[in-house]
This record gives sequence, C-alpha cells and structure tokens, in this order.
Amino acid sequence: MSYWKIAWRNIEERALASSLTGLSMALGVALMVLVLVIHEVVVAQLSNDAQGYNFIVGSGQGSKFEIVLSTVFHVGTPLYPIPYRVYKQFTEGEFAPYTDVAVPVCLGDSYSTEDGQRFRCVGTTPEMFAKLSYGAEDDGTEKRYRFAAGRNFKQENFFEAVLGSVAANRTGLKVGDHFRPTHGISGEGEKHDEFEIVGVLAPTGTANDRAMFVNMEGFYLLSGHALAPKEGAERPRAEPGAIRPLPEAQREVTSILVRCRADQMMAPMAIEMGVNKGEDRAAQAVAPVRVVEQLQASFLGPMRMILLVLTVLIVVVAGISILVSIYNSMSERSHDIAVMRALGASRTAVMSIILVESILLSLLGGLAGLAIGHGALAIASPIVEHYTGVTVRAWNFTWQESLLVPALVAFAALVGFLPAMTAYRTDVAKTLGGAR
Amino acid sequence: MLLVENVRKSYIEPNGETLPILDIRRFEIGPGEQVVLRGRSGCGKTTLLNCIAGLTTVDAGRIEVKGKDVVPLAEAVRDRYRASYIGFVFQTFNLLPAFTALENVLLGMTFTGERPDAVRARQLLESVGLGHRLTHQPRALSVGEQQRVAVARALANRPVLLLADEPTANVDPAHQQQVIDLLREACRRENIAMLLVTHSPEVSQQFSRVEQLEEVNRAARVA
Repeated sequence: MSYWKIAWRNIEERALASSLTGLSMALGVALMVLVLVIHEVVVAQLSNDAQGYNFIVGSGQGSKFEIVLSTVFHVGTPLYPIPYRVYKQFTEGEFAPYTDVAVPVCLGDSYSTEDGQRFRCVGTTPEMFAKLSYGAEDDGTEKRYRFAAGRNFKQENFFEAVLGSVAANRTGLKVGDHFRPTHGISGEGEKHDEFEIVGVLAPTGTANDRAMFVNMEGFYLLSGHALAPKEGAERPRAEPGAIRPLPEAQREVTSILVRCRADQMMAPMAIEMGVNKGEDRAAQAVAPVRVVEQLQASFLGPMRMILLVLTVLIVVVAGISILVSIYNSMSERSHDIAVMRALGASRTAVMSIILVESILLSLLGGLAGLAIGHGALAIASPIVEHYTGVTVRAWNFTWQESLLVPALVAFAALVGFLPAMTAYRTDVAKTLGGAR
Repeated sequence: MLLVENVRKSYIEPNGETLPILDIRRFEIGPGEQVVLRGRSGCGKTTLLNCIAGLTTVDAGRIEVKGKDVVPLAEAVRDRYRASYIGFVFQTFNLLPAFTALENVLLGMTFTGERPDAVRARQLLESVGLGHRLTHQPRALSVGEQQRVAVARALANRPVLLLADEPTANVDPAHQQQVIDLLREACRRENIAMLLVTHSPEVSQQFSRVEQLEEVNRAARVA
C-alpha cells in the first residue's frame, strides 16, 4: 500500500477536522486567485483602454492623471477646456504633418436613468469610431469599433448619438430612441435638447462601453456649451431644420485624441515637444500608455502586493491550522504509528506518511481553492460584464498560479515537519504497552 | 532458527537506579517449533519479544534469527528485518481503525520493500474465515474477527517467527480456543516458529514446550 493511500485513509478517518482545515486552505488560495486574476484583468483593462492613439492633448492646467482618467476612463471631473485652435493645429496647423487622426472630445454632460444610474455624455466626431481603434487582437491587429445595432452618427446630422454597449443595456435605450443629456456630470443640471440614438456599439471591454457619444456639432449647440460670441455676434439656435454649426471662434474642446502618422518616426516626439513647450502652456500632450504604466507602478502594483501579502498570510494561517490539526491528532495516533513500526515501518517511513498527509491536505485544499476562485469568477463574470463592460475570463489562469502548487507542497512539508518528527520519535515499545 | 545468547537488558529507573530486566544465557527455538513462554508480570516477557523483534535494543549479547545476529544491525535494517522475518500478534489486536480488514493485512506487507501481494492478503483472510469481511473496518468486526484479521496480518509476509503476546487475553473464553487453533494451524501450515506469551494454563497445556521465563532469565530470578 502506498504512503499516499495510507495518508489518505488517515485523512478520511478524521473527515471533519480534515475537511475544515482543507477548507481554510481552499479559501486562502481562492482569495489569492481572485487577487491575481482581478489584478490582471484590471491591468489588461487599463492598458486596453489606453490604446488606439498615441497622445491625449488636454488642459495645461491639470495633471496628466486627471486628463487620462476623465478622457479614457470617464471618471473624475473633466479639466478646463482648451481652445479650438489647438485642435485645428492637428488638422491643418503645425502638427498636421505628423498627425494621422485627431479626434476632439468634449466632456461635461451626463445622462441619468430614473433609478439613479449615471452615464457620461461625450461629444465627438464620427472619426472616433471610424478611424480610431481600441486595443489589439492576439495576432497584433487593431481592434476596430463595430456596431451591434444601427450605424455611426453622421457629421451633418447634429443631434445623432451612439451608445456604448453597457450604457445601452442599462438605460434600456435602443436605436431610434431619443434622450436628453443633463448639463454637468452631477446629473442635477439643466436638461438639454434631445439626441436620437442611431447606433449601439458592440462590447469593447473598455470604459467606452459605459459612455454615450453625441455628435460634437450638436453638443456645441446645447445651452452653456458655447463661448460668448465676439463683437455681438448672434448665437445659432438648436432648432431642427434651422440649425447652423457653432462658429469655431466660440468652440472649445476638453481634449484631443491624437494618433501619429506611422511613416513619420519623429512624429511622437515632435507633437509631444511642440505641445508641451507651447508658449501659452494652454495644452499638454499626455501619452496614456505611460500614464497607465505609472498608475500601475505607483498604485495598482503596491495595492496588489498588499492584497497578496494578506492572502499569503491567510494561507499561512490555514497551513498552521493543518499543523495544529495533525499535531493534535498525534497523541491519539501514536498507537497506530507504533503498530506500523512494529509491522516493520521505519522511522523515516512513518515520518514520510505524516508529511504526505500534510501535503495531501494542502494540495487538495489548494486545488479546491483554485476551483472556488475561478468558479466565483465564472459566476461573477456575466454580472461584472453587464454592469461594467469589463470581461473577466474566469478560466484564464495567471502564471503566478502555476507556482501555487509547488509552493503549497513546500509549505505543507514545512508545516508537516513538526508532527512528522513526533511520529519519527515515537517509542514503539512504550506506546504498545508498558509491560515488561 | 532463533537463538538468544548472553542477552542482557536493563532499564534506568526514575530514581537513577539500574533495573536489570533480561539476563538470558541461552534460549533457542527450532524451525516451525511452537513454544509457550510463561512468567509472572514484570519478569520481562514483553521486553524479550521486543528485543527479538528489534523494537528494543539490548545492552549485550546476540539474537540470531535464521543464523543472522540482529543486535548489531542499524535501526533501518532491523526495521526491514522485522517486516520480513517477524510476525506480531498483539494482546489488543492493534488493527488500524482507518483501514479495512484487507488493507490492514496489506499494510503488514507494505514495509518489506516489495510490492504488497493483494492475492495472498485475500487468501489469508479467506483462510481465517473472513472472505466476506474484506472491506469492513475493524469497528464493524467482532472481537473474534478482529483477532483473526490480526493473525492474517502477522502471517502476511511469510515470517519465520511469529511473536504472540497474550493473544487470547482480550478474547472471551468461547473464542480463546479458536484463536489458539488458528495460530497453531497457520504456523504449522506455513512452517513458522511461534513464541507465544500467555498466562492461561488452558492454553499452555496444549503445547509440548512451555518455558517459564524466570528459569531462563537470571534477572527475573534476582528481581
């Protein structure tokens, strides 16, 4: 009979205690799995969201984190707008030779549902979905925006809108419906004019899934979105059928998404230096990938480390409970160990059996923990995806998880050493009977 | 087959005094011979069995089994020797509760270094009338059945010597004779020598050779 089977029988004999100690190990490992996978998903998500363009050009007054958070992730307060002429520099000005695509973004409005859910409204141009991409496929090709229903809005149809998949899901709005954005991001501002939904995006797994995109031309015509006209010029009114675009002199943008020309090697440097060293410092060019990397290094990495340390401590406590469980059982099992010794088992053999028992308990607990962790992710995945648009692939294993099994074996051998030594030292003659 | 020669063993008492337990000039058992060992409590019967089995070391002397002195052997070698050459039947059966009857017998085969012979384990249990109780755990067996499993386990490795330490002490009178018959028949069938410790005159009188330990153990006489 193998030592594994002997150890397994011992575990079975103390089924309740074994189950409880195994469960504590399983929960520790499950928590560790959750931390690892969720961190990986968040990092992938952040990286994904920040792809598709080289720079975000935003206000020179705020921090680069604020620019990225508000423009890419639709969180936080948008910064002060930048002059429209900065945008024009990318379309026909000094940066145009280096620019492949420049997409303006206007932030500051939102839409609230009756049950209190709030979504950011983003004024932009059709190029957002026609020319930009998000993330990359496994083979390196760019992921292009696709429409699950309807189409992209048209430049000339000022009051058309496109919804992200999660926004459409949770608001219940669909192609052909109309909605009225609210001025400001608090949801308590003035109701604006209506936009017609002409398209719903297929899920992208990015923050854009939670946004509602409106034609920037319509956005400019909404109340409070235009600069005061110069020299007493009259502001055009937002009336269907009789509308004119807002004059450029009255326009501002919150930020500009810029993709450099691939055939101009110096383009990124030229744009970054040109914008950031501009005389009036009205704008700054921020590379979102670098900001996300900094975010990971300065915030997410340490946070993950703290969580991992906590989960490792939980696993250590679980390991100690295995030690205590086996060690406490040693006095009642000393007789069985003595019998095995009388049957010819060496000291090393009985010691090995106890170590194998400890390893088995840890391994089974660990494997159960892997199953529980990924099972929990599988259950939570559709819910998370529905509410956030973030895709959590429950059965994607992180490379760190492959270290769990050997680490658990080593750890189990360590915690099993004390009871194993007790077995090793069992005095057979004394234990089997004190008679002489 | 078994030779115990000039063996001395003593224990250190808690007060520091040395207490001689064994002082045996010569004690022999031939191949297949069945011997009863009697003696008052504390005269060293169990210690002698433990020394023969290599579970306890002696202070001096030699213990030969099949012509090989086991006293100077390293502990790990003694363990292997015990697994291969010695069968043990205990007073309290000492079946392991987590294992079935069959597994208890297989456990007896586990430490010889050879692959346990499940067919022989099964045959042994059938030969003691437990072919229908193979998968039962000790707690599901009667006292008599447990002792029969213990006998089967002791015979598992075809030992040359069976050491039985009061095997009928915990068995009711109705089953005592069955246990003795079982042991004697099994040892006869497999040509195994047997050293049986008992206090029972009824058991002793069935054997042609009965040794009183006090007569061969000078330490017991002194005590």
